[in-house]
Amino acid sequence: METGVLLIELGTVVLALGLLGRLAGRIGLSPIPFYLLAGLAFGQGGLIPLAASEEFIGTGAEIGVVLLLLLLGLEYSASELTTNLRQQAPAGVVNIVVNGAPGAVIGLILGWPIPAVVAMAGVTYATSSGITAKVLADLGRLGNRETPVVLSLLVLEDLSMALYLPVLTAMLAGVSFAVGAVSVAIALAAITVALVVALRFGRALGRFVFSENQEVLLLIVFGLALLVAGIAQSLQVSEAVGAFLVGIALSGRVADSARAVLSPLRDLFAAVFFVFFGLRTDPADIPTMLLPAIALAVVTTLTKIGVGMWAARRAKIGPAGQVRAGTAIVSRGEFNIVIAGLATGSGIVAPGLAALAASYVLILAVAGPLVARAGDPLGRRFAARISRRNERRARRIAERQVAVDSVGADGFEPPTARV
Amino acid sequence: MYDDDVDVIETKLPGIGVRHDFLTDGGRRVGVVSHRNGSRDLVVFSKDDPDSCSQVLQMSATEADALAQFLGSGRIVEKLASLSEQISSLATGKVRIAHGSRYDGLTVGATRARTRTGATIVALMRDKDVIPSPNPEKVLRGGDTLVVVGTPDGIENLRQIIDD
Repeated sequence: METGVLLIELGTVVLALGLLGRLAGRIGLSPIPFYLLAGLAFGQGGLIPLAASEEFIGTGAEIGVVLLLLLLGLEYSASELTTNLRQQAPAGVVNIVVNGAPGAVIGLILGWPIPAVVAMAGVTYATSSGITAKVLADLGRLGNRETPVVLSLLVLEDLSMALYLPVLTAMLAGVSFAVGAVSVAIALAAITVALVVALRFGRALGRFVFSENQEVLLLIVFGLALLVAGIAQSLQVSEAVGAFLVGIALSGRVADSARAVLSPLRDLFAAVFFVFFGLRTDPADIPTMLLPAIALAVVTTLTKIGVGMWAARRAKIGPAGQVRAGTAIVSRGEFNIVIAGLATGSGIVAPGLAALAASYVLILAVAGPLVARAGDPLGRRFAARISRRNERRARRIAERQVAVDSVGADGFEPPTARV
Repeated sequence: MYDDDVDVIETKLPGIGVRHDFLTDGGRRVGVVSHRNGSRDLVVFSKDDPDSCSQVLQMSATEADALAQFLGSGRIVEKLASLSEQISSLATGKVRIAHGSRYDGLTVGATRARTRTGATIVALMRDKDVIPSPNPEKVLRGGDTLVVVGTPDGIENLRQIIDD
């Protein structure tokens, strides 16, 4: 009887996610907001409370986080990460400061404890690489000269997560400063080790892990990721970082095959993760958080566009490309919910955090791609305005030059002799 | 393997692949975005906005190979022949992978041709297709022919390594 109920609940949830995903695809939107809404609809305060399956969904959500970060690490090779770090570091730092600040400010205004403020800063800081990459491909911008700048910013954000998540986890666990510093130091050491292993012994590691047999590859990589994530978690370094490091350590042929084999698994568990977050959010909190979420969305849209335009200008991209770069990085999605989920999962009391994060991501997961699409016409208008301004300047300089020439070489107008 | 008078710029696209582009004599910039999964996008940059692409043509790996044939890879073997005439110590040769050979099922990189013999594998001929500059990760099949450039001794050594 018990298992029957469990399966019915699970089946309803997963089937609903599938149908919602299809709906999202038809409309051309990311499915993430739909998954969140499904989570809000089920669960506490929602339409159908899911009593029997909540524990399983909770475990599924943890696996979802591991897989999301593992696939993210598999996306980039270690050499891509280190090259970008060196070249684009200033833009990465500006990104953190300018886009984290609004979240921190609102956390302070709402009187949350410091760890929750730090978490909210992370929620407003991260751009969704998944949605952005898809938007760039859909809009045919993969060949554009500003695209490498956008991709660099995304890479740096993901790299910064490797530092941010252990710090956040330590703060949320409420450990003493000494213990927290130790776990952050362990995390830093682990990141360095993973990068060194990937850069120096990447091929050997790949040969060790790789198997032509899909099933074997799936089991080995997935098992390794779970194991390392679990060890990381027990060391107070976030499980997400552990999975991310496994992804970074693997590259080349292994990474390509592992990505192909693990993506469907990630899709399933990530969807469960979003639902789980929605489940734990009380829909009754949303109306009060709606206005702050909208305000936050508007402010952080402008800050993201600003950072993108600045980074593109540094890379000597023209004005139209600058606007395209800025508007491309507005989307929020999976990572922001991962951060919010860490905060709500810990014992920290921050009333409204879940509701604010959920509404914020809902708004920007839908609005982000629309802003990116608007980047093309906005970019053209901006470029036209800049060229008109340059023309005016050039004309004024030319007029001044004519005036100087007519006055004479020594600058004096000789007094006309009147006879 | 780029020609001297074409200045090809290579830009890595982290998480996606790599882009190669160059400016034609006619003033148009054209390029190819090579995805990691093998598909290729042919991109033509806009005249008004040199940062954006006015045309993006998505192609599968086989479609890209077909286009490449008409764009010139079929002439690689001719070009190599004329190259070896110019440099007398340089030779070109074809080395066939027999069915059931040790390298049937291994990658191009596994032959370690350049390390062991000094000969470079510049193209792979398979079923009437010519794949120029094959990726070291490309898996060889029985019936393939490797087009190699090197000293005559190096090419013979490679032939022996492959055949044994």
